[in-house]
Amino acid sequence: MFNRAQTILIPVISVALGLLIGAVVMIVSGYNPIDGYGALLKGSLGETFYIGETIRQITPYIFAGLAVAFAFRTGLFNIGVEGQLLVGWIASVWVGLAFDLPKIIHLPMAIAAGAIAGALWAFIPGILKARLRVHEVIVTIMMNYIALHLVNYLVRYVISDEQNTTDRVPESASLKSPFFEALTEFSTMHYGIFIALAGAIIYFIILEKTSTGFELRSVGFNQNASEYAGMNVNRNIVLSMVISGAFAGLGGAMEGLGTFGYGFIHGAFSGVGFDGIAVALLGGNVAIGVVLAAALFGILKQGALIMPLESGVPTELVEIVIAIIIFFVASSYIIAYLLQRFKKGAQ
Amino acid sequence: MDYVIEMLNIRKEFPGIVANDNITLQLKKGEIHALLGENGAGKSTLMNVLFGLYQPEKGEIRVKGQKVNITSPNIANELGIGMVHQHFMLVDTFTVTENIVLGSEPKKGLSIDMKKAEKEVQEISDRYGLSVDPKAKIADISVGMQQRAEILKTLYRGAEILIFDEPTAVLTPQEIKELIQIFKTLIAEGKSIILITHKLKEIIAVCDRVTVIRKGVGIDTLDVEGATPTQLASLMVGREVLFTTEKTTAVPKDVVLEISGLNVKDSRGVAAVRNLDLTVRSGEILGIAGVDGNGQSELIEAITGLRKISSGSIKLNGKKLSALKTRKITEAGVGHIPQDRHKHGLVLDFPIGDNMVLQTYYQRPYSKMSMLNNKEINKQAKKLIKEFDVRTPSEYTQARALSGGNQQKAIIGREIDRDPDLLIAAQPTRGLDVGAIEFIHQRLIDQRDKGKAVLLLSFELEEIMNVSDKIAVIYEGNIIATVDPKKTSEQELGLLMAGSKKKEAGEKKDV
Amino acid sequence: MKKRKFGLALSMVLAAGTILGACGSDDSEDTSTDSNAGGTEEESDFTVSMVTDTGGIDDKSFNQSAWEGMQAFGEENGLEEGVDGFKYFQSNNDADYVTNINTAARNDFDLVFGIGFLLTEAIEQVAAQQTDTNFAIVDSVAEGDNVASITFKEHEGSFLVGVAAGLTTESDKIGFVGGVESDLINKFAAGFKAGVEAVNPDAEIDIQFAGDFNNASRGQQMAAAMYGSGADVIYHAAGGTGNGVFTEAKNLKQQDPDRQVWVIGVDRDQAAEGALEADGEELNVTLTSMVKRVDIAVQDVSKQAMDGEFPGGEVIEYGIEEDGISIAETQDNLSQEILDEIESYQQQILDGEIEVPSTLE
Repeated sequence: MFNRAQTILIPVISVALGLLIGAVVMIVSGYNPIDGYGALLKGSLGETFYIGETIRQITPYIFAGLAVAFAFRTGLFNIGVEGQLLVGWIASVWVGLAFDLPKIIHLPMAIAAGAIAGALWAFIPGILKARLRVHEVIVTIMMNYIALHLVNYLVRYVISDEQNTTDRVPESASLKSPFFEALTEFSTMHYGIFIALAGAIIYFIILEKTSTGFELRSVGFNQNASEYAGMNVNRNIVLSMVISGAFAGLGGAMEGLGTFGYGFIHGAFSGVGFDGIAVALLGGNVAIGVVLAAALFGILKQGALIMPLESGVPTELVEIVIAIIIFFVASSYIIAYLLQRFKKGAQ
Repeated sequence: MDYVIEMLNIRKEFPGIVANDNITLQLKKGEIHALLGENGAGKSTLMNVLFGLYQPEKGEIRVKGQKVNITSPNIANELGIGMVHQHFMLVDTFTVTENIVLGSEPKKGLSIDMKKAEKEVQEISDRYGLSVDPKAKIADISVGMQQRAEILKTLYRGAEILIFDEPTAVLTPQEIKELIQIFKTLIAEGKSIILITHKLKEIIAVCDRVTVIRKGVGIDTLDVEGATPTQLASLMVGREVLFTTEKTTAVPKDVVLEISGLNVKDSRGVAAVRNLDLTVRSGEILGIAGVDGNGQSELIEAITGLRKISSGSIKLNGKKLSALKTRKITEAGVGHIPQDRHKHGLVLDFPIGDNMVLQTYYQRPYSKMSMLNNKEINKQAKKLIKEFDVRTPSEYTQARALSGGNQQKAIIGREIDRDPDLLIAAQPTRGLDVGAIEFIHQRLIDQRDKGKAVLLLSFELEEIMNVSDKIAVIYEGNIIATVDPKKTSEQELGLLMAGSKKKEAGEKKDV
Repeated sequence: MKKRKFGLALSMVLAAGTILGACGSDDSEDTSTDSNAGGTEEESDFTVSMVTDTGGIDDKSFNQSAWEGMQAFGEENGLEEGVDGFKYFQSNNDADYVTNINTAARNDFDLVFGIGFLLTEAIEQVAAQQTDTNFAIVDSVAEGDNVASITFKEHEGSFLVGVAAGLTTESDKIGFVGGVESDLINKFAAGFKAGVEAVNPDAEIDIQFAGDFNNASRGQQMAAAMYGSGADVIYHAAGGTGNGVFTEAKNLKQQDPDRQVWVIGVDRDQAAEGALEADGEELNVTLTSMVKRVDIAVQDVSKQAMDGEFPGGEVIEYGIEEDGISIAETQDNLSQEILDEIESYQQQILDGEIEVPSTLE
């Protein structure tokens, strides 16, 4: 396996290579890469408004990344983050709309509802895996579709009166931040980023500092030895999926209570859950890595919106850059090999 | 002299260590040459140099007197050098033939001429008496057969010199016998063999000459004829080695483990343990002898709560274990050194320190209010590393990075430190060198002398005979005899293990 | 190790800061052009932009149509594509709507179109913040004095293509593939149903929703099921999902050129989507299309805004009368009788003799 220096170097080199090849693609398609990346940086961090939007963009990526990473550390591949995020979103909005309570109770309750809904949604593939050995990848993929259509149904027929969107959640359940909005010239930045960062810290503590995390990691690396050591492998599989789903659901709550402030009929998947897989991969499944990778994704995605305006480079180019980065992280052996050759050459 | 291979004054360095220092090995045509050394002495490195996987810093290699530069396994193949690795390089879902031709497929137009290949493989198999079915899938054949497929692969590619890396580590006694026969056929057909091993008996049984290396340095090359195991062992370890572990006579006391009428099914649902009765007392080591696959694994899994029992009872100190979960059984005082340390004993990606609390991490002082106390865990790890002589750079080192012997010592340290009333040791010395074996045997005996019960499972008769105070022979899931090791012989045990119910020399005791 | 990781993170942040400092400085501070003045000044002063939904400007549907309208407007008035003329913002995600609309406003576009009802909430939100900019929402009604709402009488056009479908069908089975069930898509379904029933009361209409505007394979599956159960005309109001309906129809036609398989396109003239070649013959499965002239509406509202007559706070309905709704220009697959029939119904709608329903039931 790789040593620790490599676990840091590989994503960094992947990012560098992704940007480099992106530059080559820009040159080949007749754009100036310096202008392109300049626009990307300006569009993500160049003005307070853009910074606000970038931070807002990063928030759900952190949660989606943590969700995928958490399951991954226990040896499970949670492709269902997208669906868990959607149910978490609608659950938080629902609680936001259904109650009239002081903010100090209402907001935490709405956020918790998101986490619980996501957790329940992930519990199903977890229990199926633990009891019947049904592969979680298949179940979670299918659960995404169920979530999408269920949520759309709820929005249209249960929470709203045959509308395309629900009402806005009241102030008492809203994460919206007039303070940040004013600070960032009406960006959609909300308080969710602090919850996301707290989520990353909780992720770290659960996995690295608690006996439960010890067990989850142990099961992730070696189910057999964990079983021999007296751990309940099935319980850990379910627990891992539930916690993973809770992170995903929280990501949804951030969208439902913060970014949008309402639920709506989704024509298609938001893609945040799927990007979470890439974020987790790039972040090496550790908390700080996921936060950094989410930041990178947020910057790229936000900057991409402004790139065509400022430099004429199409937004799809950023998708290419992201794809190349993921390609190199996924094929990290190539980079490990190159590093080795490089070291040999230096000797 | 007529040497087919000469490795002269080979030096190979890795960052921080010299793996091979000035080693010379000369292989005569038609001989079986043993390469003997402890784990980590540099045997595999030397052979990887010969096979082109590593480039030496110094020294030269000659093949049939010609100086050669082996930069890759392909070149080694072209020079007629083939290697049978300890961990087979086979694709499970392919047939024997497909594995053999992989990379050098005979073509008929654009498609692979599998018929022709199968015929060729069959021919080679017949010639060397390998009796391998060329069309069998690797996943469906035994480990012994897989090894033969590896041998076939080297022969198919025209190997004249075959290197075997610890070939007997994975084989049953019967398969070892057959392998030795294959060696003889190979030699008769004009091949030459280098055998990497640390098993002295094997060397004496089949080899012509032996080269001993210790800590990366070539110690000596000598003729096997006339050499004694003691002599070879002390050359290898660098000090006197005692073969029979010193121990006092056992003083068995109370019954610790009592199994009666136990029935257990294996993973396929077939009865593996049948109506088995067994008793282990405190202060004794009970050895279970038997050919692999006679219900040993299922018996141990049943005791440790890893496998459901169909009927019967298992009691520890008079308390029923059978309905408990593994964790409760562990807490009740059962220690378990599993047969497969990589699969069942360790979490290889965990630091060795974490592995040392793999069953106790949730208890005080390692956890408080379900928060881990890394200071205490590392303290415990340091203690065990010292006490059990686990050679590791630190307690933070990944278990994967340790040698097999040190991994095993870590497991044994972990289990013994909990001071269980019953210690189950399954193949505790598999694949280890003489020094480590000695250490582990002594530890088992120490436990016994402390008044604990030890259940030893081994496929190596020598180990069973040496260490046990009492031997129970298992056959088809049943204990068919219990004998006193002092009053029995390997022959008699061999017969019993093969299912013969005759007990002429041994006295049958009630268990 | 942990310290090193932190150090790395810190240096990354610092590095990013340096780069930012370098490129943040050219950030223009030019004051906004007077956005409300409009017509009295030079024409090229007016700037207009649009924010797409996730379909993008090449969706072969109303995003594309809107962009074509904007390009035509630009050409007519000598505007260049870019910040000083006209521009589109592509949304890759629902969360991008607010960001894009806000970015457009911040870049001093005088008028910002939100294309598609999905942008309604976003337009309302930004319009409340950016009061100096005018906004328009297509296909929906949004509140705000600086917001013009553009809607279409899709039910009228759907009625006309329903007439075509009712007269064309031989099996008396007709399918409707909607994108996501919503008030908007129900308007299509309701008008279509009424049109079919007006000319062919025996025909069965199978109304289904894909739950997705961007899932061509789902559209194809639904079309396969409908054609398989005997339907010979399918009207789709499903954006990108509808492309799958075309694919399936073309496949069937390819296999059996004599089979009666029709698709009715939506929003734009979708004749090109239905073209295929079978046995060396040029065929087309597009019966007709219900054309929603988003381009005309965009040009129209842009013109009004430029002339200082921006209809802020108003709901503008484009129907047959306003040239906002029609059947497609390509009419090769419609017989003269059917065309006459359509013409007659169109007149009746214009005359108010027929009130086309805009909701189902």
